[in-house]
Amino acid sequence: MSILVNRETKLVVQGITGREGEFHTRQMIAYGTNVVAGVTPGKGGQKVIDEQVPVFNTVREAVEQVGANTSIIYVPPAFAPDAIREAAAAGIALIVCITEGIPALDMVSTFDFVQDYGARLVGPNCPGLLTPGEAKVGIIPGNIAIPGPVGVVSKSGTLTYEVIDALTRIGIGQSTCVGIGGDPIIGTNFIDVLDLFQQDPQTEAIVMIGEIGGTAEQEAAAFIKANVTKPVVGFIAGQTAPPGKRMGHAGAIISGGEGTAQEKIAAMEAAGAKMAPQPNDIAPMMKDVMGI
Amino acid sequence: MKLHEYQARDLLAGFGVPVTGGGVATTPAEVFRIAKEINGPVVVKAQVHVGGRGKAGGVKLTQTAVEAEDAATRILGMDIKGLTVEKVLVAEAITYQKEIYLSAILDRGTKRVVMIASAEGGVEIEEVARTNPEAIIKLPAHPQLGLLDYQARELAFQIGLTDGKQARQFAQIAMAVYRAFVETDASLVEINPLVIRDDGRLQALDSKILLDDSALFRHPNLAEMRDSADEPEAEQRARAADITFIKLDGDIGCMVNGAGLAMATMDVIKLYGGEPANFLDIGGGANKDKVKAALQIILSDPTVKAVLFNIFGGITRVDEVARGIIAALEEVHTDVPMIARLVGTNEEAGRALLAESSLIPATTLAEGAQKAVEAAAHGPDNWRCVTIKQAVSCAARCA
Repeated sequence: MSILVNRETKLVVQGITGREGEFHTRQMIAYGTNVVAGVTPGKGGQKVIDEQVPVFNTVREAVEQVGANTSIIYVPPAFAPDAIREAAAAGIALIVCITEGIPALDMVSTFDFVQDYGARLVGPNCPGLLTPGEAKVGIIPGNIAIPGPVGVVSKSGTLTYEVIDALTRIGIGQSTCVGIGGDPIIGTNFIDVLDLFQQDPQTEAIVMIGEIGGTAEQEAAAFIKANVTKPVVGFIAGQTAPPGKRMGHAGAIISGGEGTAQEKIAAMEAAGAKMAPQPNDIAPMMKDVMGI
Repeated sequence: MKLHEYQARDLLAGFGVPVTGGGVATTPAEVFRIAKEINGPVVVKAQVHVGGRGKAGGVKLTQTAVEAEDAATRILGMDIKGLTVEKVLVAEAITYQKEIYLSAILDRGTKRVVMIASAEGGVEIEEVARTNPEAIIKLPAHPQLGLLDYQARELAFQIGLTDGKQARQFAQIAMAVYRAFVETDASLVEINPLVIRDDGRLQALDSKILLDDSALFRHPNLAEMRDSADEPEAEQRARAADITFIKLDGDIGCMVNGAGLAMATMDVIKLYGGEPANFLDIGGGANKDKVKAALQIILSDPTVKAVLFNIFGGITRVDEVARGIIAALEEVHTDVPMIARLVGTNEEAGRALLAESSLIPATTLAEGAQKAVEAAAHGPDNWRCVTIKQAVSCAARCA
């Protein structure tokens, strides 16, 4: 078991003929992900990636003709919201948007649209998902992960890789790794993923990596306290960031009293999570809480 | 991107918000001329992107044009929290009965544009939010249809505007604020205070607009409003190279891929007793030229005593980063010690490229941070032998 992506995933890549789309499609196929289709309007009928993947003009065709159930989006920011809507309307259940730099306001109506169709959106501006040994939907390097009992959920990209790599090095594998993204409006938040991990029989413990800015970690802490019985090890990046400075992710801004690392750490600790002082401590602490 | 008060005022006026008259000036003579035209009391306000202008002496109420000119002489050129005042807004001073608050923000929790209003506006709004949160009314606009007329009216009544005419005017202003928010792709549009004048009419006295940087590509006219005078030179260079860079107060320069990892790197440096000189994120998949530009920006800061590279290669290739470092060091000669923690995609190739250099290798973030902290503390003369045994090149020098 795992969450959201696995061997049943039938992936359609929106923007497959772009530079990023093509590069990462190769990586995903090399990892063993079942990539059933690509979509680039106007290029339908072609076969790409060494003639392996059929390209369609619309997501609807990819759903009807090859049964795509999951979509990954690598299209530029100005067109990504429309690509997300197209996937939702075509009946795709899980839409993962990697695109960075989408105007935040576009995501307000886009998220609402996705909800109307009952689809789940992960991202945007996220590294996607990886279920080790089964499916890679996104850009998380596959070689650093091994299958196992720890669910990883994070707002950031490379910091997550750091943690996955450290877990793997001490022999602790992962059930699924989910990068939810750091934009102001994201489709799937910490709580959604924590809930899925709590219900997933393979997942025995959870790593949660947050950042300064917003209140998503405090809300996650409340959820953990009320609903999560599996052990949680956490880390909050930006403990030393000066207030009022925006640090890369739109998520990473603190001003006034909302969203400091200290508040988040306190909330997580009060919920029973073990909080790591630095990323290097996460893997050993996980070993400790799992009693292995 | 932050707009100046006068820019926000002019934009809001364009959407039909009643604002105070006056103009913006860069010299005391211009201030005199504007004040003379207004022909009454004016407020001279420093236009800098920092809070607490008033407390710093950057806002003055004056009765005559001569007084305004005199105030401008003192305010123009004044240093407020490290920024030099180059422009002032000369605004008509008005009397009023009451200050209220109105804003539109993008709310992460509800994933909606939320209108916020309070009957208690002014400088104490944050205090009100803390001590009396019920006095702050929040109303999410419809995600597809936007702010609806009935919602704007509701907001007016909820903050206690019972006079029909006044409520109607407030609702119109709320709609204008929402339209301004959407049409400029803002992340905040705020009027504080929105005042009730002695004659009962509403008027915006001060306003603030923050724009979403990700949306500036479709608003070239707004992108042009950026005031580079308020942005340090290094940050301008970084923006031109598509690098996120923020100058901090410490002495350890950092180059990292990814915002979360960059923040974590700063945290770990601090944990080992050091102080980061900057936040720098080269983003994903950076090429040689970007890395080179990033290192040159870091080294242009004379306070930097050590540099830590922390790269976890995914889409970013470690060999490309190594090429960028080498290219930068060919142009900038420096004796600043550098610690390289480069792992992930193509790390062997990257390490081979750097084998001949004097960079100090580290395998983990913790090790890299510790070495950087030590190197910064010991300085360039003997850092090689103090910090690591692997770097034998200095054995003779420091024997």
